[in-house]
Amino acid sequence: MTATATATGPMAPMVPHRYRVVSRHTETSDTVTIHVEPLGDPIDAPRPGQFAMLWAFGIGEVPISFSGLPGDGRLGHTIRAVGTATSALAASEPGTVIGVRGPFGNGWDVGDADGGDVMIVAGGLGLAPLRPAVDAVLAERDRYRRAVLLIGTRSPDDLMFHDDLARWRGRLDLDVQVTVDAADTGWHGDVGVVTTLIGRVPVEPGNTLALVCGPEVMMRFTTRSLIDRGLDAERIRVSLERNMQCGVGHCGHCQLGPELVCLDGPVFAWSRVAAQSAVRER
Amino acid sequence: MTKRTIRDLLGDHPFFADLDPEYLDLIAGCGQNVVFAADTPIAREGEPADFFYVLREGRVALDVHEPARGPIVVATLSPGDVLGWSWLFAPYRWRFDVRALEPVRAVALDGVCLRGKCDADPRLGYDLVHRFAGIMVARLESTRLQLLNVYGWPA
Repeated sequence: MTATATATGPMAPMVPHRYRVVSRHTETSDTVTIHVEPLGDPIDAPRPGQFAMLWAFGIGEVPISFSGLPGDGRLGHTIRAVGTATSALAASEPGTVIGVRGPFGNGWDVGDADGGDVMIVAGGLGLAPLRPAVDAVLAERDRYRRAVLLIGTRSPDDLMFHDDLARWRGRLDLDVQVTVDAADTGWHGDVGVVTTLIGRVPVEPGNTLALVCGPEVMMRFTTRSLIDRGLDAERIRVSLERNMQCGVGHCGHCQLGPELVCLDGPVFAWSRVAAQSAVRER
Repeated sequence: MTKRTIRDLLGDHPFFADLDPEYLDLIAGCGQNVVFAADTPIAREGEPADFFYVLREGRVALDVHEPARGPIVVATLSPGDVLGWSWLFAPYRWRFDVRALEPVRAVALDGVCLRGKCDADPRLGYDLVHRFAGIMVARLESTRLQLLNVYGWPA
């Protein structure tokens, strides 16, 4: 018997909702963005920064953040094919049915930057969970002073979301800067790690909320640069990824010290997780 | 509008923040305004590094030429950055090619002139070496991160 999405009670979060893939877009050589729509009851409306458990039926389930929230019930997820389940999900053609549980976690809460500057720093695939945050800032642009988006990636070929980049760069009220680690002379943008951009942007450090997502070593160096720039660690938010499985804080697989990343996060103030992030597990 | 002197321009640049005003005068005496059109060379690997540049406008690229691949960009620098430290260390030759990515305005500082002043006044020499060491530490850290290829790891 197939579980349905109408379950109620304490088991409800564990029951996947059935969604159908309606589009699949190749971002890079190993990363795709799929959009899915509900076949029955949809999940609750997600907020930027939250994640879902995506289930490739018969193969496995993985936590994937929302990279697109069009507002029409569809969900966007950007997936790098690195394992069995992510490879299956990334290969899903339109028409494929997958399971979706969620939304889980807290989210970026971009509104906390109200009246101040907001700096968004993305490294590689980390732009995916930040993409809805950028659009949330732009949707209520008058609430904020300066808005800055800094993007770092390995090479020009690894840049994602080209249409969004063109749209964001076309705005005069969003400062977009992109840097890559390596390039030939055909690339006219910046070359260097994303931290080199932080000193260049004209924000007021004492009145800035920073949202950071990328590989953990990138986030560690980025937060250090932000603190050197004068930002308070309380006002630097990072999105962590651990071995999320249940999504609701029951199984404990994603425990990070006193935190359950799926429940208390995945977005944390850097001041709250800096010490845990420095723990050497091996 | 009052024309801004080399000293004014250097005094506003973050690299010279909090420098003893007397030394600012000394350094400004070795400086001149320069401009480079987009896509023109500023320096060539192996050539004498007689100058370094305080960037005011425009970006520059540091390239290394690999015969099989052509030029590879290893870093770009922007206004607020300082280009070149080879003037300070023997054999005083550029380590990379440098070209303007866009129209560039800079203050060029004569390294030979400045080395003479540093030799005559070791306190000035120490101050400048200290400032350049800060840049070198930051660029070394950046280079290490680039080498790590962190974006290839799972997020």
